[in-house]
Amino acid sequence: MRYVADVAALARKDILLELRSRDTVPAMVLFVVSALVVFHFALPADTSATAETGLLWIALLFTALLGLVRAFVAEREQRVLDGLVLAPCDRSAIWLGKAIGVLAFLVLAEVVALPAFALFFGPFSWELVAAVALADVGLAAVGTLLAAMAAASRARELLLPLLFLPLVIPIVVGGVGASVADGPGRFLAFLGLYDAVFAILSWASFEYVVTE
Amino acid sequence: MIHPLIRARALGRDFGAKRVLRGLDFAVQPGGFLLVTGRNGSGKSTLLSLCAGLLAPTAGELEVAVERGEVGYLAHEPLVYRELTALENLDLYGRLYRVPERRERIGMLLERFGLWDARHERIEAYSRGMAQRLALCRALLHEPRLLLLDEPYSALDNEASGLVDALLSELAGERTVVVTSHDPERVRRFASEELALA
Repeated sequence: MRYVADVAALARKDILLELRSRDTVPAMVLFVVSALVVFHFALPADTSATAETGLLWIALLFTALLGLVRAFVAEREQRVLDGLVLAPCDRSAIWLGKAIGVLAFLVLAEVVALPAFALFFGPFSWELVAAVALADVGLAAVGTLLAAMAAASRARELLLPLLFLPLVIPIVVGGVGASVADGPGRFLAFLGLYDAVFAILSWASFEYVVTE
Repeated sequence: MIHPLIRARALGRDFGAKRVLRGLDFAVQPGGFLLVTGRNGSGKSTLLSLCAGLLAPTAGELEVAVERGEVGYLAHEPLVYRELTALENLDLYGRLYRVPERRERIGMLLERFGLWDARHERIEAYSRGMAQRLALCRALLHEPRLLLLDEPYSALDNEASGLVDALLSELAGERTVVVTSHDPERVRRFASEELALA
């Protein structure tokens, strides 16, 4: 129960920070909608639904990246991470609290992005929604760990995309597969497996990322 | 024989090619008060970060015989969120440090350091001195066994410096304290030991 209370306190703090600063979610929403508008005008009229869905996944991936770049800004600027690391709570609670915040911001951006996609490219399937939901968990889990790693580096803006994009290729494979294939079940299961494996790995390794 | 709370043997710390600390030997007994002096760049802050466990030595050994949650650490930065209020920051730390009777303890510290009236203001609106006083509240919140204070008088006016004098006088002999200061004369009267870094 202590662990849950720590995670809740840390996640609540991130959401409160975003409500106060309004830095991240508006930027993510604006970016994803802008990207969809650009794709809408860039693609020829006879573009297949498969290509359009693929571009949606690219937009979502870079929207997540935009949110992750800012994930540890408050901790980095004031060295607050040192204060959190010294607390007697399990350090993985810091990761989980932050990942819940990242997940919430991503979901908020997608609440706008998916209707915008429907507006520009036509209706989307429930399989796409399920795939996006599963992908969000993996993006938040892996992304939060990598954002913490990058935050400790001077080349953080460069490092995060270089680490993040190769690691989330399976999410794109699973997400696009679940959205366009005839049998989406195995792709959704693949996304679920990715979430489980990478969430456990991130949870277990966070301590080594924030300590020497 | 009492085992020291902190013991360093040939302690060293490098940052890349730069050697900040080298061959440091010292011990601090429980209840001891160590004053660390030295010029800028001599490694005072690095030594405190090592004692806090935020950095690892690159040479020698450092034993700190307290648990992670028993260290109170005052750094150059206040280690608080600028967009949150003093009350919200201390409440977060109080939860994470499992402070009993958290609200009463927070209220008492804010009163003591003259921040009660500004408790609902965001830290971004605080002056440097107010942020330093809040940082002292944060470091003391969980009544740590070991207090590591890096330049506690930094940015404080005379009145607030007097509060720190009173605090150090109270802590001397009661808790184990390590303090770095550019004004050693002010702290020396409380210290039981002194370590001068070259």
